[in-house]
Amino acid sequence: MNISRRQILILLPAAAVAWKSVLAGTPETASNYTMSDHWWGMLIDIPKCIGCGNCVRACAMENDVPDGHFRTWVERYHVSDEDMTNPEVISPDGGKEGFPVAEEDSKKYFFVPKMCNHCADSPCTQVCPVGATFVAPDGVVLVDPKYCLGCAYCVQACPYGCRYIHPVKEVADKCTLCYHRITKGLTTACCESCPTGARQLVDLKDPKDPIHEFLKTHPVQVLKPQMATGAKAFYNGLDGSVR
Amino acid sequence: MSGVEGFMYPNEYGLQWSILIVLYPYITGLVAGAFILASLERVFHVEAVKPTYRLALLTALAFLIVAPLPLQLHLGHPERSPEMYFTPHSTSAMAMFGYVYLWYLMAVLVLEIWLDYRREIVLLSQSSKGLLRVIYRIMTLGSSNISERSLAIDNRAGWIVTVIGIPSAFILHGYVGFIFGSIKANPWWSSPLMPVVFIFSAMVSGIACVMVLYMAITKLRKQSIDMRCVDTVAMYLFYVFIIDFSLEMLDLIHRVYEADESFRSLNFLVHTQLYIPHIVIQIFLGTLTPIILLGITQVVHLPEVVRKRMYATAGCLTLIGIFAMRWNVVIGGQLFSKSFLGYTTYKIGLVSKEGLLVAVFLTILPLFILWALIKLLPPWPANTAQAPAAGD
Amino acid sequence: MSVFKDAGHLFRFAGLFVLAFLLFLVIRHFVVPPSFGQYGHYRGAAMGEIAARPVKFAGHETCEACHSDVADAKKAGKHAHVNCEACHGPQEKHATSDDPSATKPPLPDSAVLCVRCHTASAAKPKGFPQVNPAEHSNGMPCDTCHKPHNPGMDAGGPK
Repeated sequence: MNISRRQILILLPAAAVAWKSVLAGTPETASNYTMSDHWWGMLIDIPKCIGCGNCVRACAMENDVPDGHFRTWVERYHVSDEDMTNPEVISPDGGKEGFPVAEEDSKKYFFVPKMCNHCADSPCTQVCPVGATFVAPDGVVLVDPKYCLGCAYCVQACPYGCRYIHPVKEVADKCTLCYHRITKGLTTACCESCPTGARQLVDLKDPKDPIHEFLKTHPVQVLKPQMATGAKAFYNGLDGSVR
Repeated sequence: MSGVEGFMYPNEYGLQWSILIVLYPYITGLVAGAFILASLERVFHVEAVKPTYRLALLTALAFLIVAPLPLQLHLGHPERSPEMYFTPHSTSAMAMFGYVYLWYLMAVLVLEIWLDYRREIVLLSQSSKGLLRVIYRIMTLGSSNISERSLAIDNRAGWIVTVIGIPSAFILHGYVGFIFGSIKANPWWSSPLMPVVFIFSAMVSGIACVMVLYMAITKLRKQSIDMRCVDTVAMYLFYVFIIDFSLEMLDLIHRVYEADESFRSLNFLVHTQLYIPHIVIQIFLGTLTPIILLGITQVVHLPEVVRKRMYATAGCLTLIGIFAMRWNVVIGGQLFSKSFLGYTTYKIGLVSKEGLLVAVFLTILPLFILWALIKLLPPWPANTAQAPAAGD
Repeated sequence: MSVFKDAGHLFRFAGLFVLAFLLFLVIRHFVVPPSFGQYGHYRGAAMGEIAARPVKFAGHETCEACHSDVADAKKAGKHAHVNCEACHGPQEKHATSDDPSATKPPLPDSAVLCVRCHTASAAKPKGFPQVNPAEHSNGMPCDTCHKPHNPGMDAGGPK
């Protein structure tokens, strides 16, 4: 019996200090933004991607992503027609500085930009023990850096490798779909800087969004559909060899 | 990035969970297993194991106190860990585990030990002096009623607590298994068998731990080992081990036969990086060897000295084997990419926050706590003359 | 009644439990952030805090508000769909500055910038314009012939 009380006594002051900052101030989102009017996702058009790495660099600049960690990255696939299940994949420094020149051979090449899929049934938010990561009412999967324990359970639970533990803040970190931009009517940093339009921010609740026409007329797939995560990063022209 | 072979998602190069997370299921496993052994005497009236009853309870408590420490050290923000209790997320196995842990610590272990020792605590609070007297006084909770009737009530209550305690111990360690088994993103972990395997391996490690501790402590106390007791404990260890091994093999055979998309990747891992810890240490050294040793003692009638040595060897190998099993689950599950196209390596630091020295310290710490607990609450009659003189 | 008397110590133990639980409830009341549970099992205020982070890429609409001449030139050519900051980098500071000339972005080095996208590689989509830089220009800077905002050869560059 002594133990629990002693523990509480030790933990109380520490917790009180930590909570002070959490309780302080609740800044409002942009006044004309209504969360329930949106359901955000991303369209990634693989045939348009040239592997320049603009999105990776822009994301790192916009969001101060620490070196060696990635909220978005680009992979280059090199697939032989005989062994589709064993592609050669590279992503040097996440494709931040582009890719080495490839020589023509008998296999096919293509680039695949990756990022958080902002899953509707996200396995990462499911496992968070304290409610520090969540699917916001507008469909964006976010991390509350003031509440996260840094247990890394969510990193383990993400099938796509989209999360990491921030080396300085020691909390889980990931793509916010540039939440600070999209709530102000801007597009994401990666979309803004993509020179070929291979990435497009989409709002599935906006009836005027061209995504609806696109989904209707193109064969579109999500990554690892067998995971049934309700992923909202839609890929056009996704090859079966992509993991 | 050095240590990476093939392709990994760029955020996967480093391991998220270190040796401390290996220790955590290992330690909780010892707790659950030791408690199950203690319950044999209490609920199932296996009189032979009585000499280990109190030792098993104290062992469980010593390890349970240490169990959350590796987790705390691993957290990026340990000061926020009370959030697990204040706002537990109902869909998270880890959050529920916080409550299971507290329930098990307070409502089962501490209560059962208190009830079982209450007579001694009251007597000691009257006979001891100084600080110890104060400690014992607090532990009596201000009640010095040790009438026959009250002790009978304690006995009854203790029985009920043990009956509740058995499923609680299963839940305690089953939940640890579920934390891993429920991660669909990781095929090395994702398996409904995981909690069951964890429960049985917990029983194996806990029983082996108490058996080794009993033999070692009795030796240190220069008392004779109660062979009827150790024989019985070893017999239970043998049978539980067979169930545990069968379950693990079932899991393995199932994986090999189904050979799903992750198989090529995992198969490669088991034949390379995990070959020593998985095949050699876990399966051959830590499982088959002790099973064979224990099996021989069940079949052949051997002299006492030989049996003791075989039990001690089997017990120690079992503890190594179960540790290897935890290692292979926790570390092994992070060595391959979720793209199934590459592998990384785990480099363990020596003096870092999650390094080897900390891990060794945390492994030894429960033994010191156990030593203190034994001093405070002696598991055997103070009068050594009462100890059984049989054997040796 | 003596049953209760002899079980008194159990009630003491139970009492400690109840006390600890009440203490827990009291602490919980004070430490759980007020916005927790507002929208779901998380701190509602977190979204506002994340939304309040600073913007660094101003967005092409912002650029075009002032640089309409460049926007018009660009619209006519093959780089029409390439946004300003894809080449010029994040310009929110420049855009919101009282004195934009003080925060004028440096001109990108075309030798680095152009090849990033246009170096020939078998991995790139076949229809995408790509060249071997060394063979293509004999070391001449790209903007000798191509105007970055309208790179087509018929757009007024030297033939």
